[in-house]
Amino acid sequence: MFNDKKIGALYVAPFVIGFLLFTAFPFVASFVLSLTDAQLQDQLGSANFTGLQNYTEMGRDATFQKSLGVTFFYVFITVPLKLAFALFIAVVLNFKLRAIGFFRTAYYLPSILGGSVAIAIVWRFVFAGDGLINQALEMIGITGVNWLGEPNTAMFSIILLRLWQFGSAMVVFLAGLKAIPEDLYEAADLDGASRMRQFWMITLPLLTPVLFFNFIMQIVQAFQEFNGPYIITGGGPLKSSYLLPLMIYEEGFKYFNLGYSSALSWVLFVIIAIFTAIAFWSQKHWVFYAQESDKNRGDKK
Amino acid sequence: MTSSSVRLSAVTKSFNGTDVIKGVSLDVKKGELVVFVGPSGCGKSTLLRLIAGLETPTSGEIVIADKDVTYAHPSKRGVAMVFQSYALYPHMTVEDNIAFALKIQGRPKAEIRAKVHEVAEILQLDHLLQRRPKALSGGQRQRVAIGRAIVREPDVFLFDEPLSNLDASLRGQMRVEIARLHRKLGATSVYVTHDQVEAMTLADKIVVLRAGLVEQVGSPMTLYRHPANLFVAGFIGSPRMNILPATYAGATSDSVRIQTAQGSLIIPRKDVSKPTSDKIQLGLRPESLSLAAPGAEAHLTGYVTLIERLGGETFAYVALKEFECEPIIIKLDGETAVHNHQEVALTIDLKRAHIFDADGLALGHALDFNPDVV
Repeated sequence: MFNDKKIGALYVAPFVIGFLLFTAFPFVASFVLSLTDAQLQDQLGSANFTGLQNYTEMGRDATFQKSLGVTFFYVFITVPLKLAFALFIAVVLNFKLRAIGFFRTAYYLPSILGGSVAIAIVWRFVFAGDGLINQALEMIGITGVNWLGEPNTAMFSIILLRLWQFGSAMVVFLAGLKAIPEDLYEAADLDGASRMRQFWMITLPLLTPVLFFNFIMQIVQAFQEFNGPYIITGGGPLKSSYLLPLMIYEEGFKYFNLGYSSALSWVLFVIIAIFTAIAFWSQKHWVFYAQESDKNRGDKK
Repeated sequence: MTSSSVRLSAVTKSFNGTDVIKGVSLDVKKGELVVFVGPSGCGKSTLLRLIAGLETPTSGEIVIADKDVTYAHPSKRGVAMVFQSYALYPHMTVEDNIAFALKIQGRPKAEIRAKVHEVAEILQLDHLLQRRPKALSGGQRQRVAIGRAIVREPDVFLFDEPLSNLDASLRGQMRVEIARLHRKLGATSVYVTHDQVEAMTLADKIVVLRAGLVEQVGSPMTLYRHPANLFVAGFIGSPRMNILPATYAGATSDSVRIQTAQGSLIIPRKDVSKPTSDKIQLGLRPESLSLAAPGAEAHLTGYVTLIERLGGETFAYVALKEFECEPIIIKLDGETAVHNHQEVALTIDLKRAHIFDADGLALGHALDFNPDVV
């Protein structure tokens, strides 16, 4: 009744339908919407085509510019910090220690809990005026800070939430560390290289493919951070933690400016694409692949 | 100053309660190339790593160039090592790989450059200096690994099965190259291999190891001609020594009488004391057996079960009459006319026959054995 082709099509159908419906269609639709003055409550098809007006509007929108600045600040701080922290923990967890399996699991746990809504709520309590941190500070005689009420410290609490989800990057680093042959370190030991020099001269260069992968993943994730600002700070105070994804959400679903919100999404998309492209372009200068073909191969004698 | 370059005294090593090295004492003289050989798991690589400082002994003492280095850091021992996997830094060029140790030592740039080029010339790597290891052939990588060791001018070179990743023809070539290099540099070297041909051809002195203990130490020919026990006799020499069951039937000052399934033999041998058990074993190398000339006395008879012709030489497998053992191998001239199922009479070069007691220890010595020459 069914031939092979039909059966094959049947197997891939769920993905194809899901992809078309939930990825491809919104992708295209959001671009179309970004060129209109669509409102969330409007009838479908009643929006007017406004060309690039939404995009030019951003140039005059102080909130957008503030949000963009805050987003860049957030990404530029969290990505390097998180990569460095994940790498540090991975290096420590790569030591041959007793019960290392337990520590690896324990350090990965925060990432299983992750940046979920529940954890973000916990975070809010931890950093609240009468929260855990201030209570602890009080015990040692230090007056607490209004963490979520001050523009500087509010951002700090969101950055910290992202840092504590270092687990997935750490696991990838750990796998990369394990892939470096032990005898390279033994050879370096015989050559008299200290642990520190071994790290800089052997570990780090050989880890660059993993570092590159983690870098891309972290850049993409950081630009899309939503839970933290939405639940913990609400973007405030004074829009000091008003990351772009939160603005996109609020423009669309709070102020019903679907057209403008879509345009903001596309700007975010282009920003992420540019950063990813720069990273890919730059990798030939700093990423070392053990398997890549050598360019100097021509001089064989 | 002593003439000893590396000295191990009662060195032991256990991993998690398992004894891997069970008390090894050894002297390596200055300029000597000593080969550790033995089956896998015999502890030869561990012993090398103990000398390198990559492992710490459980007990015992290691002295290199008159300095006690038992617990010294690997870089403070004056040793350089060539690893089985070459352990080249994949992200560095050949030049940087060779220069690595000198850079770490903080030597001046001009000196490093000069040294690297000198070493590259010795090893014919000069045209490859800007390449990365992955763009090199196995043999070239091996040479870079050796270059990295040479450039440090160590007291002792350590080689950990350096040729085992190469194909057979390249292995032969590199073996010759290492021998040439050793003669040229005259450096003390310790070389680990499981390949007895490598051991025989390279070594000034072979150390045969089994299960963490030294079975015998001696020059290649000493081990070949005067194996101290069945293990060494079986391990050194290819094809292996043939072993036949026999019975002890008395000895004089220069001979032993033994009884085999095909009659009695008198074997020239000295220093023979009566074994605890009369059950003994007769060891015959393939080349100490030949086809008996017509009319001449034959020591053994049997029939041919298989012939291997290698061109210059022929190996014939002969099933012996009356014996309950595997067919023995005899080495014949390549042109010898033999065929399958042929009945053959064999002559033994009795001076070259070996006898082992029930525990596998050599019974007495061949008449030409000189205890002062090892």
